[in-house]
Amino acid sequence: MISGDAANEPFYLCACRKQTREELAATIRADGLDAVSQVGELCGTGHDCGACKPALAYLVSEINGNRHREERDARFINDRVHANIQNDGTFSVVPRMYGGVTTPSELRRIADAAEKYEVPMVKITGGQRIDLLGVRREDLPAIWRDIGMPSGHAYAKAIRTVKTCVGTDFCRFGLGNSIQLGIDMERAWEGLHTPAKVKSGVSGCPRNCAEATVKDIGVVGVEGGWQVRIAGAAGATVREADILCTVETAAEALRVTTAFLQYYRENADYKERMYAFVPRIGLDVIKEIVLDEEQGAALRERLAIAKAAVTDPWLERDEPYHPNQFVELVGPPS
Amino acid sequence: VTRRVCRVEDVPLGEGRAVEVDGRRIAVFQTRTGWFALDQRCPHRGGPLTDGILADGCVICPLHDRRFDLTTGRCQTDAPMRVAAYRVELHDGEVWLDSVAVADDGGARAALAA
Repeated sequence: MISGDAANEPFYLCACRKQTREELAATIRADGLDAVSQVGELCGTGHDCGACKPALAYLVSEINGNRHREERDARFINDRVHANIQNDGTFSVVPRMYGGVTTPSELRRIADAAEKYEVPMVKITGGQRIDLLGVRREDLPAIWRDIGMPSGHAYAKAIRTVKTCVGTDFCRFGLGNSIQLGIDMERAWEGLHTPAKVKSGVSGCPRNCAEATVKDIGVVGVEGGWQVRIAGAAGATVREADILCTVETAAEALRVTTAFLQYYRENADYKERMYAFVPRIGLDVIKEIVLDEEQGAALRERLAIAKAAVTDPWLERDEPYHPNQFVELVGPPS
Repeated sequence: VTRRVCRVEDVPLGEGRAVEVDGRRIAVFQTRTGWFALDQRCPHRGGPLTDGILADGCVICPLHDRRFDLTTGRCQTDAPMRVAAYRVELHDGEVWLDSVAVADDGGARAALAA
């Protein structure tokens, strides 16, 4: 690297020590490191300002296929209590509803819990989920238990929602079973952490009611198959998703999107959304790797290994990592 | 004046927990290199500093990333901003807090009750 050339300055995972993700990944692999504190001891990462600790935690977990030693102090508060911190120090609770599909029984449990724990606001999210806002930290384990649904990971850099339209089940225009594909995608990827959040969508026809063309991963039903798109955005940045490929079956759509997801998990910088990652790498390069039979299969295999070690974080309601995991205020021993 | 505020095992390694002294919430931190205490509320928007990411000598507010020196309470990212810092001592597995704030790294002190 030419020193002093800002344009050539690499993206540092640890800005204090000027360490890149690639350098740290090489050290973690070479020395078989499996904990954030180990990397810190060896490289000094995370000791000066601490801002890179969550990035390092993701890197350590990804390289170790989620069989790392978890150190919660390296995680944001959201990933210590598995809920999104709000401006007043309360938290939000978003249970997982695969493909945005729910049942009367789930809705009853959510409604009962919202009343029991005096939840100040119940809101429908943009990703077709129900958000309970203003939950007290101490109530999180009990509210999860009462609701009895898995975490929706709405607080994490992880697989978020797969939004779907009604599709062929009821819609008279539906060309593809978007609900089923959305559910299959969400179940295949649920619980995986990612460099930045991943929001997906599946539409059953080009009318695109699930807005799949502005999702990180979007699939649109077309005559004779599915159009697979990646790297769309509709937030602070708005970007129409690139077409990765068009495939004949839902199973094939799941296969190629899974391979791309793993490629992103392994190669993106922390906080780098897909809409920035794909243009940086180049769509043609990504197509070559992800659509290649052998490389695609290897990516899916590594994703399966990471997925096999995933557990529902809300089960920590019964096995907290520390007795005070959900406690803010402590007092003197009596 | 030192007060017993909690037990060592009440605060997970690398994290903070709040204690109450004279009706005031103070964040007690156990970093991998020592114990520290600051006012619990970030002066910016009231974020709970106990929930921040800790490094050896600083904590980052979880709401908007203001970073504070654990020894002086000075904000490292938003210059004039500061929180009170307190000295921590450990005795027999218990955490004791000097309830007189260390006002700045020059050693000036301000009474907590003031």
